[in-house]
Amino acid sequence: MENRAKSSQLLFTSSDWNFDDLSRAYDAIKEIAVDELRLDFYPNQIEVISSEQMLDAYSSIGMPLMYQHWSFGKHFVHESNLYRKGRMGLAYELVINSNPCITYLMEENTMALQTLVIAHASFGHNHFFKNNYLFQQWTDAGAILAYMEFAKSYIARCEERYGPAAVEAVLDAAHSLMPQAVFRYRRRPRLSVEREQARIRERLEHEERTFSDLWRTLPQATEAEAPREVETDMSERQSAIEYPEENLLYFLEKYSPVLKAWQREILRIVRVIAQYFYPQRQTKVMNEGCATFVHYTIMNRLFDKGQISEGTMLEVLQNHSNVVFQPSFDDPRYGGLNPYTLGFNMMRDIQRICTTPTAEDRDWFPDFAGNGDWCGTLLDAWATHRDESFIRQFLSPALIRDMRLFSLQEEASDPYYEVTAIHDERGYERVRSRLADNYDVGVTQPDIQAIDADLKGDRKLRIKHTVHHGTTLQEDTRNETLRYIQRLWGHEVSMVGIDDTTDKTLYEISTKDLGEKT
Amino acid sequence: MPNFIDRRLNPKDKSLGNRQRFLRRARDELKRAINDRVRSGKIETADQDQIIPIPRKGISEPTFQRAPHSGHREDVLPGNKTFGTGDRIPRPAAGGGKGSDPSSSGDGADDFQFVLSRGEVLDLFFEDLELPDLVKHNLKEVVTFRPRRAGFTMSGNPTSISVGRTMFNSFGRRIALRRPKQAEIDELAAELKKLEGERRPSAATQQRIAVLRVDLATLARRRKLIPYIDPIDIRFNRFEPQPVPNANAVMFCLMDVSGSMGEREKDLAKRFFVLLHLFLKRRYEKTDIVFIRHTHEASEVDEDTFFYSTQSGGTVVSTALEEMLRVIRERYPSKDWNIYAAQASDGDNIPNDSERCVSILDKTLMRLCQYYAYVEIIDERESEMFRHADNGTSLWNAYREVSAEWPNFAMTRIAKPSDIYPVFHELFAKAPAPAKRG
Repeated sequence: MENRAKSSQLLFTSSDWNFDDLSRAYDAIKEIAVDELRLDFYPNQIEVISSEQMLDAYSSIGMPLMYQHWSFGKHFVHESNLYRKGRMGLAYELVINSNPCITYLMEENTMALQTLVIAHASFGHNHFFKNNYLFQQWTDAGAILAYMEFAKSYIARCEERYGPAAVEAVLDAAHSLMPQAVFRYRRRPRLSVEREQARIRERLEHEERTFSDLWRTLPQATEAEAPREVETDMSERQSAIEYPEENLLYFLEKYSPVLKAWQREILRIVRVIAQYFYPQRQTKVMNEGCATFVHYTIMNRLFDKGQISEGTMLEVLQNHSNVVFQPSFDDPRYGGLNPYTLGFNMMRDIQRICTTPTAEDRDWFPDFAGNGDWCGTLLDAWATHRDESFIRQFLSPALIRDMRLFSLQEEASDPYYEVTAIHDERGYERVRSRLADNYDVGVTQPDIQAIDADLKGDRKLRIKHTVHHGTTLQEDTRNETLRYIQRLWGHEVSMVGIDDTTDKTLYEISTKDLGEKT
Repeated sequence: MPNFIDRRLNPKDKSLGNRQRFLRRARDELKRAINDRVRSGKIETADQDQIIPIPRKGISEPTFQRAPHSGHREDVLPGNKTFGTGDRIPRPAAGGGKGSDPSSSGDGADDFQFVLSRGEVLDLFFEDLELPDLVKHNLKEVVTFRPRRAGFTMSGNPTSISVGRTMFNSFGRRIALRRPKQAEIDELAAELKKLEGERRPSAATQQRIAVLRVDLATLARRRKLIPYIDPIDIRFNRFEPQPVPNANAVMFCLMDVSGSMGEREKDLAKRFFVLLHLFLKRRYEKTDIVFIRHTHEASEVDEDTFFYSTQSGGTVVSTALEEMLRVIRERYPSKDWNIYAAQASDGDNIPNDSERCVSILDKTLMRLCQYYAYVEIIDERESEMFRHADNGTSLWNAYREVSAEWPNFAMTRIAKPSDIYPVFHELFAKAPAPAKRG
């Protein structure tokens, strides 16, 4: 306390915010972020919005620009209902992985909260977006906003030209395949909006150039030739297919026998967006943990330096503890592990292990226990891990004890759940590796691949679902989704479920048997 | 210093397009919900904003989902208190809510609420009734306003400058600030000219000339400084929008509630009443509704009793007409009120009473009413039989005389909801402008 300076150093005194206070706070935070935490971030763009605009942003999956679709309207209604009833608070901020990094602040926030949010989003998330290998590898922060602009106007043009219903039909189907629309092992080519637009312009120009009304007047003698053309086209496509393909949307975009060029373009747009969010799905714990750790550290430093008052700090701490609140499994409020809590606790734990390790920590983490450089250790972890590997590597016995984690096994055939490991010597390893598994998208996402398509024959598309651990799919949504695939493929689609250990066929279903949708 | 942008003033409702798309998508569900609502709700609130619950099934977004309790899985949970390795916990009974999977236990049963605006409600409501677009438009039209003079204002557009008032102000200002008049200047100028014209001016004259020159220059400067019309003089006519005075209307709902009127009949009657009410509400500032039900005797009741309580007895239609007459005499003098009446019945009446009804209508009621609609609710099977207007129940046959006599009397048979609209078509066709507008 005694090293705290006089109140003249306070960044702000009122709880209402204004732009001067904001920019003073920003500069103070930046100083700590750069000098002490050694963060590296995209330039920031901070936008103040109202609660309605926040709801708007929510419903279009957080993108500032989004094409129009009824499902966003549905989410908007849903969220605004929850909000109005007071069942859900709005996030204090929203941050977009773009360059410059856009952070939305709500106008209702107090100055203390705005400071917290700037530290959290504009520095924590921003650093993570810029440095984590997944984001570097899979997303192109510089181009995403321009690409969304293009996507929005392209789909609006399609609606004008082909009618909203036709566009909606494609989008519905494409959305249902979004989880199956990512490349997991390949580097997606860089987005370049200019190139994208040039490609489309060229295509349109070609159509216009080659269009001649005279052709219409020619007698229809070419009928015999037309099928042959289709035939060669199909065989070209057939030979280009590579099996198996787990990116179903990509597969349909490239090889569907019925889609028109604009429909393929829409699939491509949906696919690009799915790919863009793929890293976020894999780094929830780390991303939120990183941001929470950063805001916690920075706010404490601001307080230590006497730049914020006790009152502000109390408000910050109250909000912070709300964010990292983790109810126990038997609490009615329990809804799974809170990624903020897990991430934040793990990072604080790493800080502790680096500075004041116990013998157990030295045993478990010989690489960095007691190295004193917690900042470097964390920076390295943030850059080179995703949730699954981060937990597998860094979850310590001490934290397992603190959070009293235990693993529970469920076998469909058994009438009971079994506790397989708790926070004891025998259980640490198992708890840790089970938790890591549960954050592995490769494990949690069903394994579904296109394995065969006969473009020249009956044009049937065959899809294989490899069943791991006997976990099957919900039947009603599976059938609905298959119908959507059929809509995009245009012909029969069949799906077979094969158990990965026994190679037995668990189920086989074809859109022929499903009948028409009522 | 980062780039701060204040977006609060950006247009809201960015997701309006999405909302419209969603509405279109959920149309069938919404329509069903609204029809239910109209059936059970009050007539007067039928066209207000409505909160509609929508079941999720019509608007699902399917993806491949893991089945919740299949195969083998192992979850990690926080907050262990008493468990040890190897403990077994009995599986909660099916559907017992709390399980080990937080991910997809949503059973989709919980509806979510949707607030529809009045326009959206009307759209959906009329869709079922097959109203042509023109009529829909008319019904939804808001009350019009007329601009009315309301004094003057300092700002406005040039076309509404009030010249008189502006000159009035300018005049006052010119007097107050003593702006030199042209005549004064002319006088001095003339004198100066005369003096300058003298051959040998005396010293006094020369002095006078100098004074005159100075005076003239001062006057000219004052004239320049104090303009003839200054911007502060300008006044504009002010107009205030005033609602066009609309007369009042009262709507009488007459219904036979004897045993022969079942749920279906009442529902159809109600829809008809709702439509008529909407129509009147659009046309008149103030609309009252009077509910009169009758068996062998009639009484004025409130809406709930009207639609939901049953009463046994015979059927004497004329009692309802007499009751209506009584209410009109007591509370709704026809010089102040536009009177509309809608009668719903299944056509039953005791013998000889129909003639009495005709005479009441003929002699008094039809003179008082703007419009009288009689809807006979019949069985769908009967609708074939009664295709021709010639055959019908005793009441129907009797009313045909009235209909022939009075142009503002309409009668129809209704067997299903879509039959209701034609009655309104007649309303528009027969009495094109019953309301005095403006």
